[in-house]
Amino acid sequence: MPSLQSLDIAARSATTTPSPSVRHTTEIAKLIDESKCIGCKACQVACMNWNDLRDDVGTNVGVYDNPSDLSPSSWTLMRFFEVEVEKDKLEWLIRKDGCMHCAEPGCLQACPSPGAIVKYSNGIVDFISENCIGCGYCISGCPFNVPRISKVDNKAYKCSLCSDRIAVGQAPACVKTCPTGAISFGSKEDMSIYAEKRAGELRERGHKDAGVYDPQGVGGTHVMYVLKHADRPELVGLPKNPSISTMVGLWKGVTKPIATALMGMAAFAGFLHYVMVGPKEVEEDGEHKSEKEQA
Amino acid sequence: MSDAKFVERYTPKERGNHWIVALCFILAALSGLSLFQPALFFFSSLFGGGPWTRILHPFIGVVMFLFFCITMVRFWKLNRMTDADRKWMKSIKDVVMNREKNLPEVGKYNAGQKYMFWLMVVCMWLLVLSGFVMWRPYFAGWFPIDINRVAVVVHAFSAVILVIGIIVHVYAAIWVKGTLRAMMRGNVSAAWAKHHHPGWYREISGK
Repeated sequence: MPSLQSLDIAARSATTTPSPSVRHTTEIAKLIDESKCIGCKACQVACMNWNDLRDDVGTNVGVYDNPSDLSPSSWTLMRFFEVEVEKDKLEWLIRKDGCMHCAEPGCLQACPSPGAIVKYSNGIVDFISENCIGCGYCISGCPFNVPRISKVDNKAYKCSLCSDRIAVGQAPACVKTCPTGAISFGSKEDMSIYAEKRAGELRERGHKDAGVYDPQGVGGTHVMYVLKHADRPELVGLPKNPSISTMVGLWKGVTKPIATALMGMAAFAGFLHYVMVGPKEVEEDGEHKSEKEQA
Repeated sequence: MSDAKFVERYTPKERGNHWIVALCFILAALSGLSLFQPALFFFSSLFGGGPWTRILHPFIGVVMFLFFCITMVRFWKLNRMTDADRKWMKSIKDVVMNREKNLPEVGKYNAGQKYMFWLMVVCMWLLVLSGFVMWRPYFAGWFPIDINRVAVVVHAFSAVILVIGIIVHVYAAIWVKGTLRAMMRGNVSAAWAKHHHPGWYREISGK
């Protein structure tokens, strides 16, 4: 998304002072109910329609996934899983993939470009594409393998959770279009309550492992799932306990200030040494003379 | 040229090579720091903004590495550690405090310079290998994400260590008077050579 005139920025990449945050908005969430999804891909169509994006026509990879992966112009994607959940019990699971809008976004932590990634107080993590420098650090930071860099312009793209629609009080395009009500949208609080209710209903109906996917390792997410097999989210390609990689934490966390301080101190120590201990000089008998001769 | 007063320390080729590496290092360090530390992002303005910094940094790095390889091969043997070096290193405090009596005799390079050489060799290799893994849009896609995440950390750590090493390297040239001209003009005074590198002076002058 291009940057919106925002007074409600909760976090901004590579920025060391507070961003405009005087306005507080309600924390929102999108809830995807796996059990209600029929895999019709209307959400994909709505997404490309609203965002005015057309992916290249791809090739069939032998499954229903089309396109076969997220891309700079396909921000959401139905992924189909044929899994034997227990012996001789085949299930066809469908998950709408896309950005999870983490409360603690790894992409934002990793991003080196000021303002290329922002998190609004409503929880949306948005890529401000004109500030993107194309380094791909967001890809290193993301625990869900979501950002994609365009080969055309070298900018990273992903689902904006329709931040432009939400800013004017509308639901995301995918939510609006879903014919079965598998995607709902509202405040994070309401969605969490509704998710638990739905999971309870599913458990009553025999899906004993049904539950809510709102991983706390990334502080919770603003895209949540009701999963039929919440005990095994990896069945639908979701990490079980996602968190920002220790490597990324090490790289962009403590290392940054400590390393900068060390480099500054090394230079300052040199200066102090020079004024306190002084240079090493060798008596050069006749050096001045020879300098003159050369000149 | 009064040949008794000055002795050659670096050939024109060695000097040229050194300064190409040095120039590349400065550019790579400034652009790299801007991507590492948000407080230093303003360095990216020197390179024409964020995207240009991202584009140029790896190419500068590769040029630096290639020229450094020449330096590395050229000075490899001269930087072998000896027992005298280890002894010298033990009295590093005296060296830093300019108390130079009773130090073991030094050849062309003292132990500090040798350690610096090996530090640079290790850092340069780590940087080029990890940098290759991170290089977008060309090569990063070849590697799994776990390798990429190790690479970004290795790249940052080795870069910081190299920067600190270079700060020491540059300061040493300021600290020890008469050193800079070895790399600028190729020679040092005989007195300098006798004082700081007596073993080497004897070797080249036969005195």
